[in-house]
Amino acid sequence: MPIISYKQALNDAFAEEMTRDESVFLIGEEVAEYNGAYKVTEGLWKRFGSKRVIDTPISEAAFLGLGVGAAMMGLRPVVELMFWSFAYVGFDQIINNAGCVRYMSGGLINVPMVIRGPANGGTAVGATHSHTPENFLANTPGLKVVSPSTPYDAKGLMISSIRDNDTVCFMESTLLYGNEGEVPEGSYTIPLGVADIKREGTDLSLIAHGPAVLTSLAAAEILAAEHGISVEVVDLRSIRPLDEETILNSVAKTHRALLVDENKPFCGVSAQIAALIAEKAFDELDAPVTRVTALDAPAIYSFPLEKIQLPTADRVVAKALSLF
Amino acid sequence: MHEGEQAAQASINKALIPEQKIAALRDMLRIRRFEQLSLKFYQQGKMGGFLHLYIGQESVAVAAASLMSGQDEMITAYRDHGHALAVGMSMEECMAELFGKATGCSKGKGGSMHFFAPDKHYWGGHGIVGGQVPLGLGLAFALKYKNIPGCALAFLGDGAINQGPVSESLNLASLFDLPLVIIIENNGYSMGTSLARSSSIKNYLAERAEGYNMAWDTANGSDFYELRAKLHHIMERARKESKPCILEVATYRYYGHSVADANAKKYRTTEEIEAYKANHDPISLWQEQLLKEKILTEADIEKLDEAAKEEAAASVAFAEASPWPDPASIFEDVYSQIDQGTHFFS
Repeated sequence: MPIISYKQALNDAFAEEMTRDESVFLIGEEVAEYNGAYKVTEGLWKRFGSKRVIDTPISEAAFLGLGVGAAMMGLRPVVELMFWSFAYVGFDQIINNAGCVRYMSGGLINVPMVIRGPANGGTAVGATHSHTPENFLANTPGLKVVSPSTPYDAKGLMISSIRDNDTVCFMESTLLYGNEGEVPEGSYTIPLGVADIKREGTDLSLIAHGPAVLTSLAAAEILAAEHGISVEVVDLRSIRPLDEETILNSVAKTHRALLVDENKPFCGVSAQIAALIAEKAFDELDAPVTRVTALDAPAIYSFPLEKIQLPTADRVVAKALSLF
Repeated sequence: MHEGEQAAQASINKALIPEQKIAALRDMLRIRRFEQLSLKFYQQGKMGGFLHLYIGQESVAVAAASLMSGQDEMITAYRDHGHALAVGMSMEECMAELFGKATGCSKGKGGSMHFFAPDKHYWGGHGIVGGQVPLGLGLAFALKYKNIPGCALAFLGDGAINQGPVSESLNLASLFDLPLVIIIENNGYSMGTSLARSSSIKNYLAERAEGYNMAWDTANGSDFYELRAKLHHIMERARKESKPCILEVATYRYYGHSVADANAKKYRTTEEIEAYKANHDPISLWQEQLLKEKILTEADIEKLDEAAKEEAAASVAFAEASPWPDPASIFEDVYSQIDQGTHFFS
C-alpha cells in the first residue's frame, strides 16, 4: 500500500471528489495560486482551474456565508480556514446559518458544506492562532465535527464529509500534515460517527481525538514497556456524531478511562466523554474517570512551556499510573 | 415629464397588463391585512418572541417578487413576512408558523424571523442583522457557477449596512462579478437609532458601492412603477452582465422595530408617522394610480381588501385549529441523516 502524508491524503480526497462531482469546489485564502498556506491544496488550482479552486480576500465571514448560500443551492463547497482560530470572525455564518438553517426551515434546506483547516496548538504562534474549537462546534446541533489522526482516516473521513448532506467541520493539524502512513489508492469512505481502536488493550482505555491520539499511543508504549499495563487507545475520529458504543464497550472491557484531549478542559470534548461514561458506564468503572487536557489557560507562546501546556506522553503516563 | 410618469412609461411597466397591476395591489393588501391580524393575535399572546412588521414597506417586496424570473433567488432578514407572501407562500402556512404550529412553513421550528420556501426561490428569513448578505452572495455564486442566467436579490435594512460581513460581501460580489442585487430597505431607523445616528454617509447608504467599484441607485419605495423600473434595470444587468449593484429604497415602517419595541414613538414623532401614512403610503398611492388608470373602481378595491381580510382570518382559523408539533419532532430536521443512536440525548 502506498505511504503518503496526511496532507497528501487530503489533497487526493479533494482531487478524487472534484473529479467525481462537478458541484464540489474549494474556496479560501491562498488555496489556489499560492497552493495553500500549508500546501494542502497544492496543484489543484492548476489541475481544476479558477472556477473550482478559488482564492478569496481575507473575509472569513463572507466566504463562509458564501459557502452556506452555495450549499443551500446544491453545491458542495469545501471552505478552507487557514486556521480554525479564524473561524471566530465568521462564527455567525457557521453557527446560525450552517448550523441552524436546516432546522429552522423544518428540513427544507440542506447545507452540504465542509469547513476545514488546522485546529491545533503546539506551534508557538500564541493564543489567537492555537484554538481548538471542536467543542464549540460540537455544541451546535446541526453541525458535524470530525478530527482524524492518521493519513488513512483523513482521506476516508474527508470523502465522507464532502458527500455528507450536512455541514461538517473538519479539524486538521499542522503538526500532522507531514506525518506519513499507509493509504490505499482510489476512493474509500470512513463513516462519520465511527471510532477506531488504534491499539487494543485490557487494563485502561485512553480516549482521544486528533494529535492527542498519537500522544496516547506513545504513552501506551511506555505503560506497556515500563509498567506492564495493557492500554487500549480509542480514536474518536468523529466528535459529533459520537460513537458512544465503541467508547462504552472499551470502558466495559478495561474498567478504567483516561481521556486525553488537546481541547481545554472546561466544557471541552473530554468533559462530554466523561459525562457519557458517568451516565452509561458508571458500574463498569474501577477508578474515577480522569483527564489529561491542555492546561486551562490561553495558549502560551513560550515554546518549552507550550509543550507542557498540551498533553504529553509523560503526563498521560503519570495520570494513568495513579489509577492503579 | 414627471419622474413617476417616466417610470410608468418604462417598458417593464408598459408591459404590465391590468391583471398584473391588480395582482400587485392584491399582494400588498394581503401582506398588510395578514400582518395587522398577526399583530392582534400577537397582542393576545398567541405568538412567542418577536414580530417585526413590514407594514408601510409592502411595495418593495411585491415589486421585487413581480420581477423574479423563476431563475432568480431571494433572501432577506427578519422582517420577512412580506417577502414570503410576495413570493407565493400561503397565509395559512405563515400564520401557523407564527402560532408555532406543526402546519407552519417550518413546522413551528423557525418562527416569525425564519420563513423559507426554497421551491419558490425564497431562502429566508434570517434573524441576525446582516448575516443573510453573505448567504445572498452564495446564492449569486451558485447561479454563476451553474451558468444559470438569474440574479440573487439580497434584502437588508439600513441598520444592517454597518455590519462587517455586509462590507465583506460587497467586496467579494464585485471582485467575483456575481449577479447579486443588494436592496437596502431604508426605513430610517435601525431599531431605535435614526439613520443620522447610525451611519456616516455623504448622501446615501448605497453610495458605499462606489468604494467597491459597484453600481448603485436609489428608488422611492412609495412608487410602485419606479421601484419596478429601477429593479428591472439592475436585475437585467445582473443577469446579463453578472455584475452586482445596490439599490437603496426609501421606505418607512409604521410600527416599531418589533412589536416588543415599546419606544417606537419615542425616537420619532407621531406626526412623522402620520405624515408618512397620509402622503407616502405605498398601497394608497398604488390604489390611486389604478383608479386614475381606470383599472379599478373604489368598489373593486374594497372587494380586494375584503378578500385579503377574509384570507387572513381564515389563516388564523387554520392556525388555531392546527396541532402543536409533536415533542418528538424536537429531534427531527437537525441532521439530514438523523443521528440514530449517536445523539447524546438519544
